[in-house]
Amino acid sequence: MTVVDEVIRTEALTKDYPGGIRAVDGLDLSVRSGEIFGLLGPNGAGKTTTAGMLTTRVVPTSGSAWVAGIDVVAHPVAAKQVIGVVPQTNTLDRSLSVFENLYFHGRFFGMNARTARAEADRRLEQFRLTDRATQPVAALSGGMAQRLMVARAILHRPATIFLDEPTAGLDPQSRLALWEVLGELHAEGQTILLTTHYMEEADQLCDRLAIIDHGRLLALGSPEELKATTGADTIVTVVARPDALDRLAGVLAGVAGVQQAVRVDEQVVAQVEGADGIVPRVFTAAEAAGIAITDVSVAEPSLETVFINLTGKDLRE
Amino acid sequence: MSTVSPPESPLVPRRSPAAASRVAFAALLLRDAVVLRKTLREFLPRTLLQPFLLVFVFTYVFPKIGQGVGGAGGEAAFSTILVAGVIALAIIFQGIQSVALPMVQEFGYTREIEDRVLAPLPIALVAVEKAVWGALASLFSALLVFPIAAFVPATPVDLQVNWLVLCTLTPLCCYMCGALGLFFGTRFDPRTVPLLFGIVVIPITFLGAIYYPWQALEPIRWLQILVLANPLVYMCEGFRAALTDSPHMSLWVVYPALVGFSALFTWQGIKGFARRVVS
Repeated sequence: MTVVDEVIRTEALTKDYPGGIRAVDGLDLSVRSGEIFGLLGPNGAGKTTTAGMLTTRVVPTSGSAWVAGIDVVAHPVAAKQVIGVVPQTNTLDRSLSVFENLYFHGRFFGMNARTARAEADRRLEQFRLTDRATQPVAALSGGMAQRLMVARAILHRPATIFLDEPTAGLDPQSRLALWEVLGELHAEGQTILLTTHYMEEADQLCDRLAIIDHGRLLALGSPEELKATTGADTIVTVVARPDALDRLAGVLAGVAGVQQAVRVDEQVVAQVEGADGIVPRVFTAAEAAGIAITDVSVAEPSLETVFINLTGKDLRE
Repeated sequence: MSTVSPPESPLVPRRSPAAASRVAFAALLLRDAVVLRKTLREFLPRTLLQPFLLVFVFTYVFPKIGQGVGGAGGEAAFSTILVAGVIALAIIFQGIQSVALPMVQEFGYTREIEDRVLAPLPIALVAVEKAVWGALASLFSALLVFPIAAFVPATPVDLQVNWLVLCTLTPLCCYMCGALGLFFGTRFDPRTVPLLFGIVVIPITFLGAIYYPWQALEPIRWLQILVLANPLVYMCEGFRAALTDSPHMSLWVVYPALVGFSALFTWQGIKGFARRVVS
């Protein structure tokens, strides 16, 4: 493979924290120019630690990481020039106005006063924050603060931006607005790496995904490729009395068309190929086994399914 | 590993780390100056009121009501002794207020510091910038306070300025206090910051040779030795040498002590800073 368009690369990237906790375990990643790449995994999977190592904030225990060809461990100052970061928490400068947050960011990254002013104005316009320019950042809503942080992250035209759980804590409307913003940046060719534990977000936004858990890479590919690995075209979720669930899983596994049926929390998830008539067949089988079903739902395979296949557990835990 | 050149940006030329650091350092100072300008209405009273009251009560009210302070030397000598102390106090307070307190906030509640740390300069320089900013703010407050100490007292202040000492000592003291602010800022969090005043600042100021020359402690020998651990002692003694003919500690002790404290606080400040932003 050519590396000309590779923006992020990690090799055997590992981070141990004191107390013997291995947060990231031998991670190999390669992110191409212009793609939105997602790190998908539950809380504590090592996503934030990985993003921290790529952005010079966390020092790896072993392994290597490059951004735009720069070794981030050996040359953090050079690396910081080519990255933009949107952290999980609001780190806007509370002492400055909305405009000044962007203006000084430009100055930190070497723009002269005129360019910094022009770029700040342009980004405020682009992110629909112009009418807030002179307000203190404390006056912004969560969604606006998040947009301003994205504007700040891209102001110095980094080779890639990192967003750590960008929509966690946002209301649905702000989440959609942020997705739209990221879509626009993607269309301009901006390389984006984001971490998330929302599978809808990963599915909607990302060109490619790395599914990680316990610091290890479990699967890598486009959302479509990952979903295709399940081999199923339909997911049937069945709810029954909790004490009958394990038995129900065994019963459903024997139903025609069902590839696999596993208990996940308070329900049984069956992966099905050839969905015609599946719901009556499920009811018939359960009835024959003397199990009363209280709810059945049918859906297409999702990244959730992929995650359950890989780990036997739910992403939302 | 093959290398890749970053996409060329038309706006920001990729600089060498040294050049990028220089530019970012200057921009951080500019940011701090703009914040000071925006908060001048808070800065002025907080800087001026305490020294004014100190000078007013000790050197104006007391002589007027016939309740002299200053021991054998008398009231006039006391005004002269206090000049140095008031300026040193203004500097050390400013170091703490303009560096340590904002830093405790930025580390604690808001995590704003995390963004500053992503500016293209080494983390040690982000920390040193805070100390340098503290030095500039301290210098500014010393200039504001000097006229108060010189002209408010009811009894004449006998100024004998040694310009060479004044011009070298002032920046050194200001930097040391900026570094002290950096050190405190990384060691305290929002929960413990009241302790900073209760158990650190108050002893430093009460036992800092503000109200008396260090030599005058001779009769209490143990105290005289104990207070040598207090950086404010060297500042007050230094300013006494720079501004007056009062007895003072030898400058051969003052300068090395101030340089030593500056180095210690910078080193410990950088260490504490790095520990809080890099894991």
